[in-house]
Amino acid sequence: MEFSTFVFYFFAAVLVVAGLRVITARNPVHAALFLVLAFFSAGGIWLLLSAEFLAITLVMVYVGAVMVLFLFVVMMLDIDFARLREGFWKYLPLGAVIGALLAIEMGLVLMKGFGGKEVAAAAATITNVTEPIECSNNICELGRVLYTEYAYPFELAALVLLVAMVAAVSLTLRRRSGKYAEKYISPEAQIAARSEDRMILVKMASEKEEPEEPAAGAQPGKAGQ
Amino acid sequence: MDAILQPLETFFGPVWPVVWALVKIVAVLAPLLLGVAYMTYFERKVIGAIQLRVGPNRVGPLGLLQPIADALKLLFKEVIIPSGANKGLFIIGPILAIAPSLAGWAVIPFFADQDGNNRLVVADINAGLLYLIAVVSIEVYGVIIAGWASNSKYAFLGAMRATAQMVSYEVSLGFALICVLLISSSLNLTDIVIQQGQGRFADMGLGFLSWNWLPLLPMFVIYFVSGLAETNRAPFDVVEGESEIVAGHMVEYSGMAFALFFLAEYANMILVSVMTSILFLGGWLSPVGFLQDGMIWLFLKAVFFLFVFLWVRATFPRFRYDHVMRLGWKVFVPITLVWVVVVAVWMMSPLSIWK
Repeated sequence: MEFSTFVFYFFAAVLVVAGLRVITARNPVHAALFLVLAFFSAGGIWLLLSAEFLAITLVMVYVGAVMVLFLFVVMMLDIDFARLREGFWKYLPLGAVIGALLAIEMGLVLMKGFGGKEVAAAAATITNVTEPIECSNNICELGRVLYTEYAYPFELAALVLLVAMVAAVSLTLRRRSGKYAEKYISPEAQIAARSEDRMILVKMASEKEEPEEPAAGAQPGKAGQ
Repeated sequence: MDAILQPLETFFGPVWPVVWALVKIVAVLAPLLLGVAYMTYFERKVIGAIQLRVGPNRVGPLGLLQPIADALKLLFKEVIIPSGANKGLFIIGPILAIAPSLAGWAVIPFFADQDGNNRLVVADINAGLLYLIAVVSIEVYGVIIAGWASNSKYAFLGAMRATAQMVSYEVSLGFALICVLLISSSLNLTDIVIQQGQGRFADMGLGFLSWNWLPLLPMFVIYFVSGLAETNRAPFDVVEGESEIVAGHMVEYSGMAFALFFLAEYANMILVSVMTSILFLGGWLSPVGFLQDGMIWLFLKAVFFLFVFLWVRATFPRFRYDHVMRLGWKVFVPITLVWVVVVAVWMMSPLSIWK
């Protein structure tokens, strides 16, 4: 057995076990962390296919950003585990049907791919069509295909992401209204506040001039004046 | 060199690549860990000097054995696991904190010739910069897991703050790096340094003017400040915030588990300093033509940035939490976004200096 084969089976085994634990772990935080492990193993397998850009991007985007926010939410939720498992048998048939459907669909797509010839032919046409730019690595190759062959789909995907981003911001942005309206303080105004806005320093004599009394005598407080 | 390696290679046979990789890793990590230990000494001495104190001066001459004494003390302390803690994750937390900060060193180049030969680096991979961004982005896991597994309110608050802060500053950090890789059109760190040694000023013998810091000045500043925030150092240390949340995620840890968080923090500081030197200050290139390039330059530049880390810590008070978020999202992200476009347009215009 070659060393890379051993590495593949190792990553694949870890991936499968981690994937199973994602759905069987009792604690949702553990499940999320197993998902992180699954992403890592998938990244490892992609590295074996010398798709280093995809592998590192997977780790960067999913592990480094998405799962961090996911954990953030899962950790803050107060989850009632008993209620979570309440309707397991009721929902099982529906879930099983959907799962089976997904598996069949993936199978239909992949069965073609395992033939190998068509994919290779498609790859050959791509390299023939585009202008030959000297590429020594995977990232350069990927960038060339993305910005020539697939320029429009790529821009479209970027636009969809932008719209999703704007939508997410506009959906969650809310101004307080009703009885909480007066409690709202704009952070901008808060940060821009200066000490002069809050407090007025008035210059005045430290002592009040008292009316002269006939029998003043020697008052200790007035000694300095 | 080859004369020494050849008999070793025949002796180890098929496992030689593994042995050789391990030797290289040890050669990088052993000085690094020693550097981390003496970074604590450096920090206490520098901040002591800034605050007109002496700093450590009891253990050994000039207090030089202080880090060793600290390490010994921490090694012999008991690691207490709180009764309500999630035991497994509680132990994994510090490990996950230190692992990425050491893993990042795999792609850090220390030296190469002007024409790219004699590369001194553990793994000379093409996607080096991307790998570093990925490694930096998983650094936060140690803090999150430690904060959650401790089953303590303060630790958890620290973890929440760390998550928000590190994810926010990664964005501006990433955009600053995109500018660098645009102008060097490579993700390989060695190539990025070599590219900085070429150009009009480098030919005139004024190498320091051809480094990336000058055309990318705003990115240089933003990268370093974001680096401060990524490593949770002052003035961005709201994650620890002694006065509000005791010590954040570290509050339940003791002994060596606690020390691992410290090691990770200092190793990250050194990593950020070295990265800044490599990406913006020409790595091992010498600033002027009549001096030779060498590893010593990388070392000096890194030490300078480490000093800035400490200088900043002794100078500025801690940011308020909403100020940290505002700086990240409303100041740094827009500036970096615009600058990426500016650099891209500049490169395609006739005024481009990177042809």
